[in-house]
Amino acid sequence: MINATLQLAQAGSGATFVQTLTKALALGSVYVLIALGFVIIFKATQVLNFAAGALSMAGAMFMTILISDGGFPLLPFDNPLAPAEGETASIAVFFVHVLIALALAAILGLVIERLTIRPMVGQPLFAMAVITLGIEIAIRPFNLDATALEGRRLGVPWGADSWVWGGAVVPKSYIVAMVIASIAGASVLFFFRTKLGVAMRAVAFDQEAAMAQGINVGRVFAIAWAMGTALAALGAIVYGMAPFPPGGSVSQEIHPLLALRVLPVIVLGGLDSVAGAIYGGLIIATAEVFAGQYLSQWNSTLGSGYSTIVPYLVMLFMLLVKPYGLFGTPEIRRV
Amino acid sequence: MLEIANLEVVYNEVILVLRGLSIQVPNGQIVALLGSNGAGKTTTARAITGLLDVHEGKTTKGSITWNGAEITEHLPAKIVESGISQVMEGRRIFAELTVDENLSCGAFTNRANMDANYDRVMEIFPRLKERHSAVAGYLSGGEQQMLAIARALMAEPKLLILDEPSLGLAPMLIEQIRDIIVDINKQGVSVLLIEQNAMMALSIADFGYVMESGKIVMDGPAQKLLNDEDVQEFYLGLHGDGGERKSFRDVKHYKRRKRWLS
Repeated sequence: MINATLQLAQAGSGATFVQTLTKALALGSVYVLIALGFVIIFKATQVLNFAAGALSMAGAMFMTILISDGGFPLLPFDNPLAPAEGETASIAVFFVHVLIALALAAILGLVIERLTIRPMVGQPLFAMAVITLGIEIAIRPFNLDATALEGRRLGVPWGADSWVWGGAVVPKSYIVAMVIASIAGASVLFFFRTKLGVAMRAVAFDQEAAMAQGINVGRVFAIAWAMGTALAALGAIVYGMAPFPPGGSVSQEIHPLLALRVLPVIVLGGLDSVAGAIYGGLIIATAEVFAGQYLSQWNSTLGSGYSTIVPYLVMLFMLLVKPYGLFGTPEIRRV
Repeated sequence: MLEIANLEVVYNEVILVLRGLSIQVPNGQIVALLGSNGAGKTTTARAITGLLDVHEGKTTKGSITWNGAEITEHLPAKIVESGISQVMEGRRIFAELTVDENLSCGAFTNRANMDANYDRVMEIFPRLKERHSAVAGYLSGGEQQMLAIARALMAEPKLLILDEPSLGLAPMLIEQIRDIIVDINKQGVSVLLIEQNAMMALSIADFGYVMESGKIVMDGPAQKLLNDEDVQEFYLGLHGDGGERKSFRDVKHYKRRKRWLS
């Protein structure tokens, strides 16, 4: 891997701890974003969205096409905001592109909901879950084709720069990831207090009764899919920022598996709980990163990369003691 | 006026539940729809509010018109907007939401007057005002029924369909709900009261229908139905002879049959 910053400084253990903690929180932020996407779709429609991986990566793809290639997907004209060859985007331009990419991802979510999920309303949930699996398989080749083997640059303005705080090296991207996830999490929590959010919870609780109140269930579904896809895309974009393993780009190898790594998060937190997604993401990432850091002297015994299985161990344990997760509703309907 | 003419409803394309049902709910009146289990009362309510689809039901014949406009098989949201709200059987409140949030869902189609409607509803149900921030699932049965009615009123309906509001409530609460229905009606809302509790329904209704296996077998002004021998025998549990209760030891089932079955 290219990221020299990940090589933890051999400074005092205090600095090591700070670095590990920020890394955990940053990775947790990515998990939280994608898990929120899962949870919103599940909460509103009871569909377990197996397409989250492909959809989130597609969102990140939009971003690279917009900012690195300077083109709009499927449109003939160029993106006037795109940085010219050899120059990096300014921070403002970068975030404008993030917003455009999220809008495109949301539109993708809307289209998918309208074409494949809406006609299935009232059908067994299992059938819908399998449909999302089909969407995953159908979209993935586009992602893989579009990504060059070496990955596509996201044009992150601050690259792999870091701040140094008393011996601890903290990459700027980590802090940005935390800020973005905090804003997104707060917005989602706020959304569920608004008129539409309350309606979404009502639909989740009792679809027929919600219809009897005049709530347009189809529209609620559409909004849930748009939000869920955009959040997943945001997670993938954040994960593409430098010190994370893809190294400032969208990677063919690492991005498609990102959603799979979020599975333990939603199982731990509870499929239908926003708070669960937030706590679950932070707990899982903390377990993963801390295990990777502090058990590294047993690398020869555990094998390298053992830290990636820690989340699944936590998930396994959770399923045994509390199958519906920390914050999930116990009487969740079966898929 | 709500007018149902010769309505036929089929579930799953084979089960004929309503067979040519015709009822009318004139503006400003309370109309009672009585019937035993499985007569098709709830199906009637679903057909009016467009909820048949959820249950794989379809109207195959007949029409439902509301103030002159046909509303058969319209989307539920459109029907609520046109001024018909339903209080579903078994209350069906959103148990995970607070009382206020439940009411906000009820006002989904009518945001503009939400505050005014909220105050009006809280005046009718002072009990809900005390518990406005409580989670609805923790309310008592009576309070939940009140919440269900309040939620329906938030859409400012011209016609309120109440499906078994007395279900599972203590007699005193039933009386309370009954008085509330009368109050709501006095404010100019027509009421279609679907009930098994015939005594409660007929005591406040202007007009009544008796339903059996998907059709109307009897109709008339509520007072007339109350005095009818068949209704007394089969719905009120009174048996002539000065209204005394009958001992089941003396019952000879072949002796008395419903005359409308002929």
